[in-house]
Amino acid sequence: MKPIIEIAHISKKFRIQGNHDPYLSIRDSFQNVFRKNSKEDFYALNDVSFTVNEGEAVGIIGKNGAGKSTLLKIISKITPPTQGSITYRGRVASLLEIGTGFHAELTGRENVFMNGSILGMKKAEIRKNFDAIVDFAGVEKFIDTPLKHYSSGMQVRLAFAVAAFVENEILIIDEVLAVGDTEFQKKCIGKMGEVSKGGRTLLFVSHHLSVIKQLCTSGVMLEQGSVHITGNVSDVINAYQSRTEKTASYKTENTHKDFYVRFASVVGAFNEFHCDQLIEFDFEVETNKGFTGKEKLLVRVMDEFDNVLTTSETYVNNNERIKLSFSGSTFSKGNYKLNCFVYHPAVAQYDQVSECCFFSILDNKPIYGHLETFDIGKIYTNSYWS
Amino acid sequence: MMNSLAASFKARKAAKNLFIFSIIVRYLFRVIETKITPPKGLSLNLKELWRSRELFYFFAWRDIKVKYKQTLIGFLWAIIQPLMMMGILYFFLAQRLETEGFKVPFVVYSLSGLIIWNVFSTGITSAGNSMVQNSNMIKKIYFPRLIIPSSSVIVSLFDFIWAFLVFLILVIALYGFQYFNWTTPLYFLAGILTVIFTTIGLGNLIASLSVKFKDVKYALPFLVQLMLLGSSVIYPLSFIDNKIVGYLLALNPCMGPVELFRMGITGYSAPMELIYINLAFNLILFIIGLYNFRRTEQYLADII
Repeated sequence: MKPIIEIAHISKKFRIQGNHDPYLSIRDSFQNVFRKNSKEDFYALNDVSFTVNEGEAVGIIGKNGAGKSTLLKIISKITPPTQGSITYRGRVASLLEIGTGFHAELTGRENVFMNGSILGMKKAEIRKNFDAIVDFAGVEKFIDTPLKHYSSGMQVRLAFAVAAFVENEILIIDEVLAVGDTEFQKKCIGKMGEVSKGGRTLLFVSHHLSVIKQLCTSGVMLEQGSVHITGNVSDVINAYQSRTEKTASYKTENTHKDFYVRFASVVGAFNEFHCDQLIEFDFEVETNKGFTGKEKLLVRVMDEFDNVLTTSETYVNNNERIKLSFSGSTFSKGNYKLNCFVYHPAVAQYDQVSECCFFSILDNKPIYGHLETFDIGKIYTNSYWS
Repeated sequence: MMNSLAASFKARKAAKNLFIFSIIVRYLFRVIETKITPPKGLSLNLKELWRSRELFYFFAWRDIKVKYKQTLIGFLWAIIQPLMMMGILYFFLAQRLETEGFKVPFVVYSLSGLIIWNVFSTGITSAGNSMVQNSNMIKKIYFPRLIIPSSSVIVSLFDFIWAFLVFLILVIALYGFQYFNWTTPLYFLAGILTVIFTTIGLGNLIASLSVKFKDVKYALPFLVQLMLLGSSVIYPLSFIDNKIVGYLLALNPCMGPVELFRMGITGYSAPMELIYINLAFNLILFIIGLYNFRRTEQYLADII
């Protein structure tokens, strides 16, 4: 049996034009005639090859800028490859965004038809599934109301509902799950699981490793435009998680004192985390006179405006490596750094690193996905409603 | 003996039928194989366009729906615009037409030109803006892009239907059937068909340019104005004595359709020679437009 998708030596070259807009103006193109232009080639994808078998669910992971989206765009025919070819056997539906073509002025019903048609459904198919779509989205009451009066959650639900009923053999899905409330997300993941179990082929890009683990059977990890590893989904996720790159390491040098306790190293394993990834730092403290058992290591996490968000401390007894971990989903999307001290309470402050281990959290918890532009604070706390 | 022969013959026939049937089934349920490669050469890919006809319909339907949502008088705008324009022109041109010996009332003359002009002007304007307006969609999903500018031309055609009805009612109410004869529908049809073809051609050209060059956005309203002033929409070409200027005006894409349409009801027209020049020119524009659109289309998502 031939594979359902064959991706062979795909490369995509972009021209970076100095500091020009990608949007040309006539003046620019005249200038380019006379001026030697400062164009630079950039390969967003470089010789990417892999195959997908029928019924497989493939998760594509990689850091921001690894080329995931570009690859999906090429498979979806939105942009052509510079080299290579992709062959697929079956109808492809790509959901790079949910609600493509939604128009605020149209009613829910009209939008279902418009969006369905854009996704490649026939009018008869949409009509057949219409009630199921509306039911899935839970917007029966508002189906004849213009979309602009919908809450953003309702819009997202309606959009996903339409997409969920696309019956094509191959589905390409990009990050669409990062929306809606938890309950609806479970519903979506459930629906997608159904889709892949139903024998259809799924190509799925997401930052949420847990979702990928749950849905996909195999994985592809992209790194800087090339395939880093393909294979079983858990192997690929492990490879992704253990990839230590851009290690941030700091060391202080206050040796001028005859007694010192100082940081030998402070290491952050990654500097970009997705919301469900464990955040870990390693500390090493050394001294020339021996530890008394009273020395403490204090670490503060600060945001980019130097607001202290949380503090954690521990005793230092030897110069072995001390690991500090924050569970995934401690911090919300944003940029953070550490501020560390070694001190003896009420006696002395021995050493400090005022700023180190800069790290970014790339996304919010999925349940807050609909609050993309809304400030939800910096730290998730355990709160209870009753 | 005879029986068994007949039976084997029957069986063979059944087997043959089954074979044909299986071929048909296999054809119907064949796996569609698609290959994506770097773009090379140009193909119109009419097959794909035909497969997307439903989407084309939905695009036009959406644009029509959206256009007059939350407006007070809805598609009456499609009628008011040419009527107002006619009112303004009346002060400048009615007198002149009479002195030139035109036997057709001003209302008939001017309105017949204006409603065709409106198809053309709103068509190319909305086609020119359509790509940027739908850029979000272009970046997120694939479908034959030709649908976008072409469907906006359909919207202007929808407006035309209303304006055309009002025009007919107005003329009949004011003057009865004295300006109609058996050639009228033919000329009307010729005018409408040529205006669709011209508008789609120029619309595609402008749409594909608008993606590359922001200048189009600023040049377009000016271009439309220029074409209105330099056209037979508002004055007959017989006003122009200079032969060269006449030829130049024939290069105004809306000239041919307007003249053809108008001929049906006024009997006056520019020299046929100029109309042929115009239509030939429009055909060239159509081909260039389509070619340029197809060429830009491939890289659309990267540059828009």
